[in-house]
Amino acid sequence: MFADYMLNAWVVATIVAVVAPVVGFFVVLRGSAFVAHAVPEAAFAGAAGASLLGLNTIFGLGAFALGASLGIGMLGRRGRHDVVTALALVMLLGAGSLFLGWSTEYAPEIYSLLFGEVLGVSGNEIGLTALLGALCLGAIAVLYRPLLLTSVAPELAAARGIRNHRIDMAFLVVVALATTTAVPVVGALLMFSLMVGPAATARCLTDRPLHAVVLSVVIALLTAWASIAAAYQTNWPVGFFVTAFAFAGYLLAHGGRWIRNAYSRPQAPLAGESAA
Amino acid sequence: MIGDEMRRGDVLALEGVSVWRGGRQILDEVGFSLAPGEFTGLIGSNGAGKTTILRVVMGLLAPAEGTVLVNGRPLARRNRSVGYVPQKVLIDPDAPLRASDLVALGLDGEKVGPRTPSRQRRQRVEEMLDAVDATAFADARVGNLSGGELQRVLIAHALISRPQLLLMDEPLANLDIRSGQEIVDLLARIAEQQRIAVLLSAHDMNPLLPVMDRVVYVAGGRVAVGTTDDVVRTEVLSKLYGHQVNVLRVDGRVLVVSGSHVSLDAIPRQSGAPAADASVEGR
Repeated sequence: MFADYMLNAWVVATIVAVVAPVVGFFVVLRGSAFVAHAVPEAAFAGAAGASLLGLNTIFGLGAFALGASLGIGMLGRRGRHDVVTALALVMLLGAGSLFLGWSTEYAPEIYSLLFGEVLGVSGNEIGLTALLGALCLGAIAVLYRPLLLTSVAPELAAARGIRNHRIDMAFLVVVALATTTAVPVVGALLMFSLMVGPAATARCLTDRPLHAVVLSVVIALLTAWASIAAAYQTNWPVGFFVTAFAFAGYLLAHGGRWIRNAYSRPQAPLAGESAA
Repeated sequence: MIGDEMRRGDVLALEGVSVWRGGRQILDEVGFSLAPGEFTGLIGSNGAGKTTILRVVMGLLAPAEGTVLVNGRPLARRNRSVGYVPQKVLIDPDAPLRASDLVALGLDGEKVGPRTPSRQRRQRVEEMLDAVDATAFADARVGNLSGGELQRVLIAHALISRPQLLLMDEPLANLDIRSGQEIVDLLARIAEQQRIAVLLSAHDMNPLLPVMDRVVYVAGGRVAVGTTDDVVRTEVLSKLYGHQVNVLRVDGRVLVVSGSHVSLDAIPRQSGAPAADASVEGR
């Protein structure tokens, strides 16, 4: 399981499991899970297009992810992007299938972009993944406070002179970057579960924003590592385990919170959920 | 219109401020000023122009005409001298953010880059929470707070960066009478102790009567300014509304009642108001 040919898988999965939930924490906080779902689909179409033209798939992937993010951000009004996102999502998925249709040869590489191929990561992809991941983390660290405030209460942010739309656009670029990091590894469909699943789980478990970010990373790392191990043992697709573990964690945390609330119901309503 | 002389040392001074939107005039030569420590009520029915005035003062809306001076200087977009509490802040109950976190974001939420946690910072947040009587729920999730509790936390969020002017947009609209009275008393105390000018918008002036130093009465985009006794009078408000209104004082409370020609202007569009009170403003 820790043989040389597996080493790349462990390293890349670890990078992705650190970057995706940090970005995902804000995705969940802002209620933009739908955007985070659409951008990886766009990335898939981009990769398919690049493959058709004989270009590097990572390049096509990044270009389409960025284009979709910025397009959604510009067309959305007042931070609401659901309609634009839905249209962009199906349009890009359609384009992706067209590119695949035009492509004469069967392209397992492209299909792996949808469902992930963690066991087939090559050494030269690690450098790029690490670089893009570091960029994402850096951007989040810089934007942390204004991003937190605009995500929670945009009207308070506006009163402090923060331009919500600019923060929104900057964040969408970060989502695109994180997508480019992770899609070749876990795939477009599963990228979403590593971004959103751990972050949604973590916020059931703590009331503190920074703790929630750290906890998201811990949960994502455990999910990713357990998934690779399980995939190695069973020979089942790694994507199945990532989604299943992420969802199971979410259900557990919610169930736990529900039980906790049910038993502490008689207390004063003010106390709400005290720190876990 | 009752004008307002510009006074030396004013925190805020508006002069001849006019705003148009979609071909309609929203504000018509609005002018008033606020001195440090003064508690001013911005009174008027819904749609009179109260929120527009607050948006102009915050610098979110540039007036077509007129000047806005904060501490004698033209208004900049990011102005730390102005604190603001919006009418409605909806916060997701699932968001992992405690009341104290939101107050801390009031200190430097607009700054980029990682912040260095310090004892001094934490102490200032604690002092601020204490000043608004919010220590008891400092660790509760913001999304789980009651209306009155959230109002206190938002006031702390606005005041922690030590502004000289605090703008409150209809803080009493979503509160029960008792919580509303507590908030008003708290604001009056803060205005006096910390020498902060408070501008509070409301459609009902009665809860503010005991603490209000001055009133800016808004109707149809125009204002009348002065003490309650100067402004809330039959002649003044009739002139402001442009038709006859009668000011009645009953049992220490002020009623503004439409005169012979009932105009929609004077009818508060307050949901749940009994039909019999339809022509009474500021019950």
